Amino acid sequence: MSGVRVLVGTRKGAFILTADGKRERWEVSGPHFAGFEIYHVKGSPADPDRLYASQTSSWFGQLIQRSDDGGKSWQTVGNEFAYQGVAGTHQWYDGTPHPWEFARVWHLEPSYTDPDVVYAGVEDAALFRSSDGGKSWHELPGLRGHGSGPHWQPGAGGMCLHTIIVDPGNPERIFIAISAAGAFRTDDGGKSWRPINRGLKSEGIPDPNAEVGHCVHRIAMHPSRPNVLFMQKHWDVMRSDDAGDTWREVSGNLPSDFGFPIDVHAHEPETIYVVPIKSDSEHFPPDGKLRVYRSRSGGNEWQALTKGLPQRDCYVNVLRDAMAVDTLDACGVYFGTTGGQVYVSADAGDSWAPIVRDLPAVLSVEVETLP
Amino acid sequence: MIRVVLPANLRKLAHVDGELALDVAAPVTPRRIVDAIEERYPMLRGTIRDHATQRRRPFVRFFACEQDLSHESPDAALPDAIASGMEPFLIVGAMAGG
Repeated sequence: MSGVRVLVGTRKGAFILTADGKRERWEVSGPHFAGFEIYHVKGSPADPDRLYASQTSSWFGQLIQRSDDGGKSWQTVGNEFAYQGVAGTHQWYDGTPHPWEFARVWHLEPSYTDPDVVYAGVEDAALFRSSDGGKSWHELPGLRGHGSGPHWQPGAGGMCLHTIIVDPGNPERIFIAISAAGAFRTDDGGKSWRPINRGLKSEGIPDPNAEVGHCVHRIAMHPSRPNVLFMQKHWDVMRSDDAGDTWREVSGNLPSDFGFPIDVHAHEPETIYVVPIKSDSEHFPPDGKLRVYRSRSGGNEWQALTKGLPQRDCYVNVLRDAMAVDTLDACGVYFGTTGGQVYVSADAGDSWAPIVRDLPAVLSVEVETLP
Repeated sequence: MIRVVLPANLRKLAHVDGELALDVAAPVTPRRIVDAIEERYPMLRGTIRDHATQRRRPFVRFFACEQDLSHESPDAALPDAIASGMEPFLIVGAMAGG
């Protein structure tokens, strides 16, 4: 019988949650790398037993862990992330120049076809690639060299490259997003990049319609429609039907259009999910009610999903990498909270149940659908 | 033999219990000790000092013989008690909560 493996990164270690296809009875493994911040754990689509984890610490820096057996055992691989050439400066919060400094890996994106190929999105923002299973890392410098780099600025969490989406039909096309620079696209495997932020409008930057400077929180794409992108921005939920060339707002009837994660149903490319958060300073759900919102029309018309979720006195947040979907039928939806809960819906969001309630603050959630 | 005490997180990473015992050629310096640690435990590369700059990480401290040697030159000879193995060289994670 098919099953799922949920990969959870937290402030104090990684956890692996497994269940069969019913997604009712769960086994919990962990903490792995106890005491370390695990920003992200993700499996290879080409080999589900190949996992990569970003292990980081203010004390001891960045480590990358790799598993070849689905998380039963791990080995430390390469952790040298050296910017190519002169690192240069970006803007600090006050607009003054600030040197580019490596802090940590936010996101790991394994290739669709080769388990040894994996991309890393890092803070300060840059994109790295490994083609030897994480042993060595090389920057794709065309992104920082695009020319707008000196004008990028950090979001509240740092100047992080947090989203990497590879077009499954065309590995030369990659989308990335940076807080708070915006979204970028390459069509030549990372040699050259261009900003794809037309249509975004942001308060808090001198020109609300600027080419760069937008705090994009997350982008999602359905693999069958690589030209359709959905974005949760600092404020505003956005949609593009031309691979990011232009965007339009689809926030519609959401109670707040601030939030972090956004994801797409595995079998319905027009069904999308967000978790509205009250505001940029009040990082918790409006009215103390934890509600996932689902649109079956690709945005604008949203339905609150509440069954099984706390509907009073709930003041957790759901971070940008902490939502995922499986590919079972019916599609499973997962998200983790800063309060340490990981919720699952085995019916595409209609009802929810906690898998675990008391983990450290959850930073990321990914899921693998196993044969 | 030089004796080295690692912080708990690095002992876990290196899969070791207790103190390290390392051969380090004279003169024994912080740099040579970290070189020897990274040689024997490659998974610790980058965790005590930065790969590129070779500078001690800001939240890592070096103590020996009840002294804080964190800000001494990495090439300064350590006290005889460290070089002889009478006292351990302590690598400590700064007490900063978390």
